[in-house]
Order: sequence, then structure tokens, then C-alpha cells
Amino acid sequence: MRTRNVEILVGIFLVAGMLAVLALAVNVSGYSGANSDTYKVYAHFDNIGGLTNKAEVTLAGVQIGTVTDISIDSQLLVAKVEMEIFSEVNYLSIDSSVQILTSGLLGGKYIGLSVGAEEEVLVDGSLIEDSQSALVLEELIGKFLFDKVSD
Amino acid sequence: MKNIESLLDGFAAIGRVSLDKLAGLGRATMVIAYALLVLPQPSTNISLTIKQLFNVGVKSLLIIVVSGLFIGMVLGLQGYTILVDFGSEEAVGQMVALSLVRELAPVVTALLFAGRAGSALTAEIGLMKATEQLASLEMIGVDPLRRIVAPRLWAGFISMPILSMIFAIVGVYGGALVSIEWLGVYSGSFWSVMQQSVDFYDDVLNGMIKAFVFGIAITWVAVYQGLESIPTSEGISQSTTRTVVYSSLMILALDFVLTALMFGDI
Repeated sequence: MRTRNVEILVGIFLVAGMLAVLALAVNVSGYSGANSDTYKVYAHFDNIGGLTNKAEVTLAGVQIGTVTDISIDSQLLVAKVEMEIFSEVNYLSIDSSVQILTSGLLGGKYIGLSVGAEEEVLVDGSLIEDSQSALVLEELIGKFLFDKVSD
Repeated sequence: MKNIESLLDGFAAIGRVSLDKLAGLGRATMVIAYALLVLPQPSTNISLTIKQLFNVGVKSLLIIVVSGLFIGMVLGLQGYTILVDFGSEEAVGQMVALSLVRELAPVVTALLFAGRAGSALTAEIGLMKATEQLASLEMIGVDPLRRIVAPRLWAGFISMPILSMIFAIVGVYGGALVSIEWLGVYSGSFWSVMQQSVDFYDDVLNGMIKAFVFGIAITWVAVYQGLESIPTSEGISQSTTRTVVYSSLMILALDFVLTALMFGDI
């Protein structure tokens, strides 16, 4: 009986170790397979300026999804960003606009979504037409200097 | 003439010490090679290994969980007070998770494991040697390397990565508790910034590899020190001390090497 108790405790120990790895994979490193309770929407950007995979998608600052893929659209030659939105957020109108923003002064990039006025809502596979690219500091400084010189 | 004689004595002393050390290294390699590579006897070995897993793994859980929780909480607290000055307190999740998974979980777990389980291994085997249990085993035709050493080595190798992963996940949740519940960091950004920066293969698996290597180092040192101990009470106490000191130093040195290989561009 005592051996059996030892075996049970060791079994629990090994399973706890596997669960810890699983929790680290899913919760901490965001390693996820096909996530069923989300839907995908897409947007095109002229410049993503440092946006990365797994970045937040927010509505009014509250997270409603994550960026899952960033690629080049080979026809339009712009960046194509794939976002997974939580399925309970099913009220985003089709004319919503997305914007790449920076959290804090030094923080990472995230996508801010603003809802439009249409009745029709975004569904799986929709493309968000209205997008605003990331603010690239070098371009901004370049413009500023150019304006100064032309004055 | 006398000068030359004393000079030769000096050389002889150096030679003796180096040969001793080298022979010790050789014996240690023989121990691990024989214990792991001799034909295994699955039926007895597995049940013995399970018993040792209980001794070194399950019984170390409490100290690992408690230290993981507190280290995670302290990281959350310290990280928050620094990052809030820069207005990027969301990055506290990234800081807690990366420092735990890459560095603190394997190293602190290994140091605790050396103190909690390594010293016990040395004392146990040393006492077996002092009371001539090892010699008696040999006399009745049982190989002590197979019966005593191999299960302890395997148990150490298996336990360390598991303990380290448990340490890491408990620490991350400790950090989350402090930052989200008490300090009011927004939970969405906390987790998403963490997931953005932590990679499963680069960070979590490399942390596991580190823990596994430390497990080998600790159990190897502990078992060897036990087998080599002078069979007196003083000798056993010295070996136990040596186990903790040597394995701690090895952990820190190996950690630098592994970090340079895994994360540094050296």
C-alpha cells in the first residue's frame, strides 16, 4: 500500500510537470494551435513600422484580439495583417478603421480599432478597408526638416 | 644539492595533486558510464527509480513552489516600480516571464535542488559506504552502481526539468498576481506583451535544456562525492559540504556557458 502511495504521488508529480510545460507554452509563450473561439479579419497597411505577431488589437484601449500573421500582399505590394478577434466581440461594423499605435513612449506597437456607423458587421475573412499606418519617427523628422528648409 | 631536492619535491607535490584530480575525474566518468550504460534491469530499476523520484522530486516540490511564487512576486513588484517611471508598466509581464523562463527558474531551482536533494544523496550513499552496505551488496553479487546509483541518477535527470518548469509557471502567476491584482496593470497587455516576447522553442525549451544539464551536474557530483567519501562521520560531512559547493559553482559556470551558446551571439 505504501509503494502504491509513492507511485501515485510520483505520477501526480510527472503530470504536474507536463501541465507546467503546457501552461508555459499556451499562456506564457502564446503557442496556440487553431483557436476556435476567434474569427479572422484582415487589413492592409502601407507601413507596419515594427508591429509584430501576437501584438494586441484593441477597441477603446481594451484588448479584443491579437495579430496572428503579417505578410506582403504580392499584388498590391503592401503589408497584409491578419488579426484574430475574440468571437464574443461580434459587433464591429464593416466600416471600422484600424490604426497602428504605440503604447507609452517606449512601448510596443499595437492595433487600435475604431468602430464605424454601418449596420453590417465584420465576419470571418472580412477586410478592413480603412487603415492608417504606423507613425515612423524618421519620416516625421524628415518631413519636419524639409518644411523648415523650404520656409 | 639540497635546493634541487626541495625543488623536485615541489614538482612531485604538483604532480601528485594533478594526478589525483585526474584520477578522480576518471573514476567519476566510470561511475556515470557504468551506472547508465550497463544493461538495465527494467523490472527492478523502474520501481527503484520511482522511489527515488519520490525522494528527490516530490519531496522538493514544496520548497520549489514556495520560492517560485515569492521570486515571481518580487520580480513583479520590482519590475513595476522601475517600469512605471517610463510609462511602460505593461512590459512587466515580459520582464517577469523572460527572466524566469530563461534564467531564474533553471538556476534557482538547481541551487535549491543541490541543497535539498544533492546533499541528501551524498549523505545517504556516504553512510551506506561507511556502514559497509555497498561492500555487502557487492558480496551478495548485486552491483551497487546498478542497484543504488543508477536509479538516483535517473531520478535527478528527470526531476530537475520538471521542477524548473513548475518553478517558472508558479513564478509567472506570482508576478501576474502582484502586477494585475495588486498594482493594477491591465491584464490584456500584461499577457499579450508577454506572449509577444516569449518564444516556446527559444525560451521555454532552452530553459528546460538548461535545467536538464544542471540536473546531470548536480546528481553526478552528489553521487560521486558519496561514493568517494571518507567513511567516517567527519568524512561524510565534508563530502556533503563539497557536494553543495561544487554543484553550485558548476551550475553558475555552466549557466554562463549555456546562456552564451543559447542567447548570446558569441
